[in-house]
Amino acid sequence: MADAALVDPGIAPARPPGWRGIVTDWSSDQRAFKNVSWGKAMMWIFLLSDTFIFSCFLLSYMTVRMSTTVPWPNPSKVFALHIGGVEIPLILIAIMTFILISSSGTMAMAVNYGYRHDRVKSAVLMLVTAAFGATFVGMQGFEWTKLIMEGVRPWGNPWGADQFGSSFFMITGFHGTHVTIGVIFLIIISRKVLRGDFDREARGFFTSRKGHYEIVEIMGLYWHFVDLVWVFIFALFYLW
Amino acid sequence: MVDTTIGAAGVIQPAEVKDVELYHPKSWVTKYVFCQDAKVIAIQYAITALGIGLVALVLSWLIRLQLAFPSSFSAIGPTDYLQFITMHGMIMVIYLLTALFLGGFGNYLIPLMVGARDMVFPYVNMLSYWVYLLAVLVLVASFFMPGGPTGAGWTLYPPQAILSGTPGQDWGIILMLASLILFIIGFTMGGLNYVVTVLQARTRGMTMMRLPLTVWGIFMATVLALLAFPALFVGCVMMLFDRILGTSFFMPAIVEMGQHLKYGGGSPLLFQHLFWFFGHPEVYIVALPAFGIVSDLISTHARKNIFGYRMMVWAIIVIGALSFLVWAHHMYVSGMNPYFGFYFATTTLVIAIPTAIKVYNWVLTLWRGDIHLTVPMLFALSFIVTFVNGGLTGLFLGNPVVDVPLSDTMFVVAHFHMVMGMAPIFVIFGAIYHWYPKVTGRMMNEALGQFHFWVSFLGAYAIYFPMHYLGLLGVPRRYFEMGDMAFIPQSATTLNIFITMAALTVGFAQMVFLFNLIWSLFWGKPAGSNPWRATTLEWQTPETPPGHGNWGKELPVVYRWAYDYSVPGAKEDFVPQNQPPTPRAA
Repeated sequence: MADAALVDPGIAPARPPGWRGIVTDWSSDQRAFKNVSWGKAMMWIFLLSDTFIFSCFLLSYMTVRMSTTVPWPNPSKVFALHIGGVEIPLILIAIMTFILISSSGTMAMAVNYGYRHDRVKSAVLMLVTAAFGATFVGMQGFEWTKLIMEGVRPWGNPWGADQFGSSFFMITGFHGTHVTIGVIFLIIISRKVLRGDFDREARGFFTSRKGHYEIVEIMGLYWHFVDLVWVFIFALFYLW
Repeated sequence: MVDTTIGAAGVIQPAEVKDVELYHPKSWVTKYVFCQDAKVIAIQYAITALGIGLVALVLSWLIRLQLAFPSSFSAIGPTDYLQFITMHGMIMVIYLLTALFLGGFGNYLIPLMVGARDMVFPYVNMLSYWVYLLAVLVLVASFFMPGGPTGAGWTLYPPQAILSGTPGQDWGIILMLASLILFIIGFTMGGLNYVVTVLQARTRGMTMMRLPLTVWGIFMATVLALLAFPALFVGCVMMLFDRILGTSFFMPAIVEMGQHLKYGGGSPLLFQHLFWFFGHPEVYIVALPAFGIVSDLISTHARKNIFGYRMMVWAIIVIGALSFLVWAHHMYVSGMNPYFGFYFATTTLVIAIPTAIKVYNWVLTLWRGDIHLTVPMLFALSFIVTFVNGGLTGLFLGNPVVDVPLSDTMFVVAHFHMVMGMAPIFVIFGAIYHWYPKVTGRMMNEALGQFHFWVSFLGAYAIYFPMHYLGLLGVPRRYFEMGDMAFIPQSATTLNIFITMAALTVGFAQMVFLFNLIWSLFWGKPAGSNPWRATTLEWQTPETPPGHGNWGKELPVVYRWAYDYSVPGAKEDFVPQNQPPTPRAA
């Protein structure tokens, strides 16, 4: 996605440490964030904006949970599975969370190998990340199916407040969409890594800009963000 | 000559990154239609925004005709009227003002003013326009659907927005919400570009504190938009689900036409909070670029440096930050906890401080300046008075005790049309007259411009001054007709007819403006590269209009701030930002 010039960390002038350094950077010419490429800066700012979206979703969920007069269904019962005759609360969600957090680990390793130009390892680790992500979405699909079979709908459910189903499908759906988009891009980028596009700085199909291994890291920023958001959803929706 | 090179190598840091390689269009389609050049995208944005704005202008005439001559037009029924006011408001605020300031002026001016070749990600920037166009088309489509566009009022308050009593319940509201969601997606793609370009793609010597205030205004407005639009996005998604899926995010238990609806347990106040968490920063999304542009217009046309540049920048930042803390002053009568009123009134009134700093600084810039009453300058001056007017009534409405009786009256309509309708649109006109020579290479016709200005300016006062009075009488807003309300005197009707006449006249003046826009394109006086003798970088481009990549072979190097006008001892009364310091005699 990015040109060699765009990801060039460039020459950063010497600066004093700490807060004075930040002031120096912001009052300098050319760049406010020294050593940050355009692509990385753009992803960070996008994630800031996306944080506001997820925050609004979660705050809205908490508001309707307070505004409704009907009792809220008990999440640890709703999200329990019968395994071997025992009812285990939140077991599926626990596994999903574990998988998603593990995928952050493989992603971080992929970034590391990417910068070492180790094409195969980087691409394989990204594909493993994508597989973890796809598993997560698949298990979410299983959970949705189970709840729908039990009669949960966006407009109502057998156990209590209608807003339970509405918030559940909306928030997990929106997060799941993020994961799905991430999986798609992980596959696309890992293919480029494997093919060696970033070693020969091949130009992007749409953007016609030179590719660079930094895109793996930018992808990683997005992926870690999606994981982090899940932690909040897990805490505020499932554990509360 | 020697000193210039010392300046370039010693004082100015060497380039930190290599010059970018731009995408070079290979055909007519990639050059003018699916174009990645920010300047072309800016013009596409501007034309689309002005086009849809024209629709909103016509709607305002229909609204005014109905208000002046109630029940004389069989074509305007109560349903139509509600649809007109809704679409007029929504189009003007979002699809015209936001899109034109950020998508139009932002795209054109940011890369030129910071000395960049283009936005940082031109392809994403291009997508931004096409998604915006799609949003506009979806919005326009709602006019042609069964039931017509939504008539929920531009604030789209649930529960009424999605109940059957509101016009456009079938399709209008769905398309409205879908269009807003698309707009936000499109805007985000552009907005990320504007922010990163300002932060990371400035040319050598261009520090943040040397940026023209236009860039500061647009930059801060974009930051606000990136943080405020998410709330609207979430509100739209949730209302869409309420309407389509039958969820009850915003819907309490409701009896409609004797029938108990399936909704229950939701919070209508939640939508209002989400809407105004977006809605109030939106006021500043429109106002901050206007602040910035007007500072540059005044400084250039008064041939004087802007007074208190640093304070102007900090005022922009402080206003931006405060704008996130005041949203519920739109909700004093909503039924929220009355104690909130105290907090929100305080934060609201605090905003008056940085705003007053800006107004004083504009006036002090004019003080003993060499004022040229060109058309852009006239519009800039009219902005100051109009904005002060609207701002003062804002202080009335910021106080809960005064706001409660004035809520939902014509006073509110007069207030926000003055402060975020007329004031920013005057700046847009001024900015178009000012930068048209750079965009097209030709001046706009001065006589037509003067006519446009005087009719618009005096007309705006003829329209909105009486409206304050109507509001104090208690004339409510959004009403199709007043009927026989005892407290509304006959004179109010006369006043309404006067306002309508003024509105139609001002509307006519806008046709003159559009004519001027097209006429000058072919027959305007050739402008040369810097007709206003301005200092900022966009006037120093090697070509006019600027070519692909803006700067030819070498990027400009900036040696000074943007306001070196009438510098004592200088040869000309302006020193361009990229002019090296003069060699000292030694």
